[in-house]
Amino acid sequence: MAAAPARARACIAGIGQTEYRRWGGFSDRNEFQLACEAIASAARDAGLRLDQIDGLSCFADTSIDASLMQLALGIPELKVSASVWGGRGGGPCGALSLAASAVESGQARHVAVFRSLCQGQSRRYGKFYPQRMHSDMVGPYGLFSAAQGLAMVAQRYRHDYGFTDAQLAAIPLMFRANAQRNPRAVTYGRPLTLEKYLASKWVVDPFRVYDCCLETDGACAMIVTTRERARDLPRKPVEIIAALQGSDADWGTGAMGSHNMPGDSYTSGGQRQLAKRLFETAQLTPADIDVMQVYDHFSAMLYMTLEDFGFCARGEAPAYVEAGHAAWPDGNTPINTHGGSLSEAYVHGLNHVLEGVRQLRGESTCQVAGARTCLVTGGSVISPSSAAILGV
Amino acid sequence: MPYLPTSVPGPKIDDVNAPFWEHCRAQRLTFQQCAGCSHLIHPPLPVCPRCQSVERQWREAPYTALVFSFVWVHTAAHDSVVAALPYNVVLVEFPALAGVRLVSNVVNVSPGQLAIGDRLTLLWEEGDGGQWLPRFRKEAPT
Ligand SMILES: [Zn+2]
Repeated sequence: MAAAPARARACIAGIGQTEYRRWGGFSDRNEFQLACEAIASAARDAGLRLDQIDGLSCFADTSIDASLMQLALGIPELKVSASVWGGRGGGPCGALSLAASAVESGQARHVAVFRSLCQGQSRRYGKFYPQRMHSDMVGPYGLFSAAQGLAMVAQRYRHDYGFTDAQLAAIPLMFRANAQRNPRAVTYGRPLTLEKYLASKWVVDPFRVYDCCLETDGACAMIVTTRERARDLPRKPVEIIAALQGSDADWGTGAMGSHNMPGDSYTSGGQRQLAKRLFETAQLTPADIDVMQVYDHFSAMLYMTLEDFGFCARGEAPAYVEAGHAAWPDGNTPINTHGGSLSEAYVHGLNHVLEGVRQLRGESTCQVAGARTCLVTGGSVISPSSAAILGV
Repeated sequence: MPYLPTSVPGPKIDDVNAPFWEHCRAQRLTFQQCAGCSHLIHPPLPVCPRCQSVERQWREAPYTALVFSFVWVHTAAHDSVVAALPYNVVLVEFPALAGVRLVSNVVNVSPGQLAIGDRLTLLWEEGDGGQWLPRFRKEAPT
């Protein structure tokens, strides 16, 4: 990716979204309609007409059919129809990577990357779902949901390295505080205190309800094009310095399935190789990152991401977060300045990429002063995953 | 009374996992082992990840296991388990079978009575449609 000449380098030229609502909040629109609305909003932001879009990129096994999307958006020729294969929430930066490859290679000029979720009208992610891979090996024992599977990893991490209830609480409290400045967040106007956190119901020990991502409906999208074209568009382009897919060896269905990943990486996020290649490709180190948006399906998974990406050594993440290093505005690298999946919305993490763009445009509601680089990670503890470094 | 109600949906049987569950119906816990290179594979796979052989054999598991991790489920994600709350799900390992972990339940403990490293003994309970499920009992401390 770094090999493309500067004028051909991929940039994000526009972002857009629908309103985010709590699960079941849309009775008048479905997933397809929300996706179209988000893409139209991103195109407007980029100063483009919908008929200038010639590529679509998605992930997480979208229910949306590309031929109908081309028809609905009035795309004269759909030159790239891409989707990340497997990995569900692992894929937001993978979809971005596919879009970047498409514009850098000249296969398409303006690619819309999108994700739409309207669980109120389809299946609910937090519930039993018989089609999950390897559910035959876990479902008969009552292990039905991602929360339950990932709690198993968090439990082992707590055994090996230790974290207290108050240390874990620091994560949802930090993200909820950021969301209180963000009117797009579905938890806007509903602050969280440690007392309220500790009094909340257990979903699956060690996760209370506030340790689990929101269940929301909504869509978001962005337009990827080359720097050369983005120069002629109204918004400040945000460069995709690196965007890669990847995951560690022998993970299989990992913690979302049978839990047979290798012992030495059981309490990691399975993103170590991805992190290493990402920083090498970008020719940057963790110390160069000004702000990051981390996939936060469940609070404790932030620990694994911080360690896999080299922000702390193994087992040190609970103390790192407790010390305020991830908090806005005073931490050395603030995380999830929009509120994340715990407090803004759950759109399989594509909203984290949008927040990265806002930071680098200087438009975040929790702006990191002078931010030049943003790390965005896709879902951890699942394979394949993805991550990106954006910059201006 | 089994640890979880028999209305909890049972395994969907396919050509890859069928031998595992057939052996369970005979109250035998077995793991897939590659006939080519002896690599242990769980859950069952159609191809050996080490040597790509499609020849499989089945190896009996020991009757004792250790707790690798566990959770206590307090909120039901399926109607069938509402009356069973809170219940545990355990991830066990078999020291003699490297690389294999099995998800199951421990039938004789309450919250607070389960810890990583606990020694367990295999037992069998009936599940959905008469399918026998491998579960575990925590051994009394010696
Ligand atoms: Zn083999």
